[in-house]
Amino acid sequence: MKKTFKLEDLDCANCAAAMERGINALDGVNSATVNFMGMKLILDAQDEKFDEVLKAAKKVAAKYDTTIVG
Amino acid sequence: MTGKLKKRLYRIIVSAIFFFSGMILPHSLLPYLHEILLISAYVIVGYDVILKAVKNIMRGKVFDENFLMTIATFGAFALKDYDEATAVMLFYQIGELFQSYAINQSRKSISDLMDIRPDYANVKRDGEIVTVDPEEVAVGDEIVIKAGERVPLDAVVTSGRSTLDTSALTGESLPRDVSEGDAILSGYINLNGLLTATVTKEYGESTVSKVLDLVENASSKKSTSENFITKFARYYTPTVVIAAALLATIPPLVLSEPFSGWVKRSLIFLVISCPCALVISIPLSFFGGIGGAAKRGILVKGSNYLEAMAQADTVVFDKTGTLTKGVFAVEEICPAPSFDKDGLIRAAAFAECFSSHPIAASLRKAYGMDIDQSLVKNVSEIAGKGLSAEVDGITVHAGNKKLMEEIGVICQDTPDYATVVHVAYDGKYMGYILINDVIKDDSAAAIADLKASGIKKTVMLTGDNKAAGERVGNMLGLDKVYTQLLPGDKVDKVEELLKEQGENSKLAFVGDGINDAPVLARADIGIAMGALGSDAAIEAADIVIMTDEPSKIATAIRISKKTLSIARQNTVFALVIKIGVMILGALNMANMWAAVFADVGVAAIAILNSLRALNTSKL
Repeated sequence: MKKTFKLEDLDCANCAAAMERGINALDGVNSATVNFMGMKLILDAQDEKFDEVLKAAKKVAAKYDTTIVG
Repeated sequence: MTGKLKKRLYRIIVSAIFFFSGMILPHSLLPYLHEILLISAYVIVGYDVILKAVKNIMRGKVFDENFLMTIATFGAFALKDYDEATAVMLFYQIGELFQSYAINQSRKSISDLMDIRPDYANVKRDGEIVTVDPEEVAVGDEIVIKAGERVPLDAVVTSGRSTLDTSALTGESLPRDVSEGDAILSGYINLNGLLTATVTKEYGESTVSKVLDLVENASSKKSTSENFITKFARYYTPTVVIAAALLATIPPLVLSEPFSGWVKRSLIFLVISCPCALVISIPLSFFGGIGGAAKRGILVKGSNYLEAMAQADTVVFDKTGTLTKGVFAVEEICPAPSFDKDGLIRAAAFAECFSSHPIAASLRKAYGMDIDQSLVKNVSEIAGKGLSAEVDGITVHAGNKKLMEEIGVICQDTPDYATVVHVAYDGKYMGYILINDVIKDDSAAAIADLKASGIKKTVMLTGDNKAAGERVGNMLGLDKVYTQLLPGDKVDKVEELLKEQGENSKLAFVGDGINDAPVLARADIGIAMGALGSDAAIEAADIVIMTDEPSKIATAIRISKKTLSIARQNTVFALVIKIGVMILGALNMANMWAAVFADVGVAAIAILNSLRALNTSKL
């Protein structure tokens, strides 16, 4: 399943890159892209684990003071 | 400026007042006045940096900017350099503010550019017009588009007539007239009349969603320079921090000098250790280039394709529908002696007046006047040869050479680059008409333009016979023409050409996307043309040209070259300044101010420079 989320308070490009790496490393993620300019996260993860993955991704984002909306 | 930014600005101003009073007021006025004012200024402007640094350390994230700035300024305090510690934090925050402002500004320019999304749709429901979200409209619903409104969904006009501005999708400044039966696409703007239309595609499938989706997701396919920078950034910070640590310890031990001087030098390294300028500005340049290309009606599906376009040195064209219109038109009317042109075309057009064949249509169009079909009788088709008919009571034969041979008429020699219709009138040879696929108006200019923008080889592939293909090739100035190709042969030819390509040069294939999907996929860069409204073409290609102008290919190359040069400028600029300040810092020739500039100042300048990629109107 592939979903797009809006990101809030994404102020630093280096953080966006690090966040993208962090989310990609999560179990169950097929691919994650953080679009710094568009302030978006495109998350492609296994269907059955999606909610779990999203929760974990939110934790990663919080490390960079960024909120995943939705 | 947003509220958040304003708050930061006020903090900076207050802090600056404290800082300057601390610098100006005489030290003798009060004991510790100088220190108190400076520390206040430092706390006001820098408390969030310190807080974030502490938070990040708890999370185990060490090498971040906040932490490094905290260490650097604390270091300066430890060296009793209050002025410098405060000034650096102040300057850093000014730089950060400027950087945030630049990011906001560029986000705004990009969202303005992408502001083609319709906000609402007027739907007819139970005889009444209601305004709803475009997503709530179903296929078959009737919508009303008033003057000044955006077409919300792809639809077909059922009544009304108007002029539409298509520039948001096509980059075309000339408005388009529409009336009943015409297809209209979401994203067009209705300029004057009132249109009623039946929806043909739901919102998610409509052109505007597709285009936005494509442009917004394009940045996920990263270019090699972006990948390089991301990788570089991962090693850059730790390397600089280790270098700083070494600089603070080794030289004083070896030279047995006091630590303070060397610690100060190493702090400069820490300030410069964030690769932000590079990490932001390179992707931003590509994003800008892709956005700017979209503005010109060129959709690039990834930064990697935009990058590849700059390296293209061979462009292979499909002929029909790409360089030519794919529509037949009469090219020449050649009457036999004792007949004239008007009579010849009239006879041919009348004889073919019932036929739906494209050739017949082109004859009627060339004749240009109304045809009274009651004057035409006894039409009989002669399969594979042509037809015979009675026009004004006289027998007319129109068809190929075989037809003329069959009825015993001797015809003239004809050129073999076009379709020929011979006409016999009352059993006498009347002459022939040459019909050809029409070359697009800007094809020749497009080829010349490609040459001027650095393309070494232009090739055309066609299923036409040798004479027809080579004639078009010569007229347009193409380097090479391959003729009599079956659809499958085109893939083989492109593969052959790919083998001839140099190591770092790319091959682009341009087609109309209708039956050349395999070739589009096989080429380094597949370009589909005239793709507006054609899902298959948008799907198959890497770069999609919304209009059917081949001249847009050279535009795409120029946009790509500009984007790459901006990305390169930013890389070189940021690295030169950063490394330069580090070297000067190590030699004790640069201060913290220079270091802060090399960090945030460079980032802000690089961001502003990348914004130039958005401006493609003159390319």
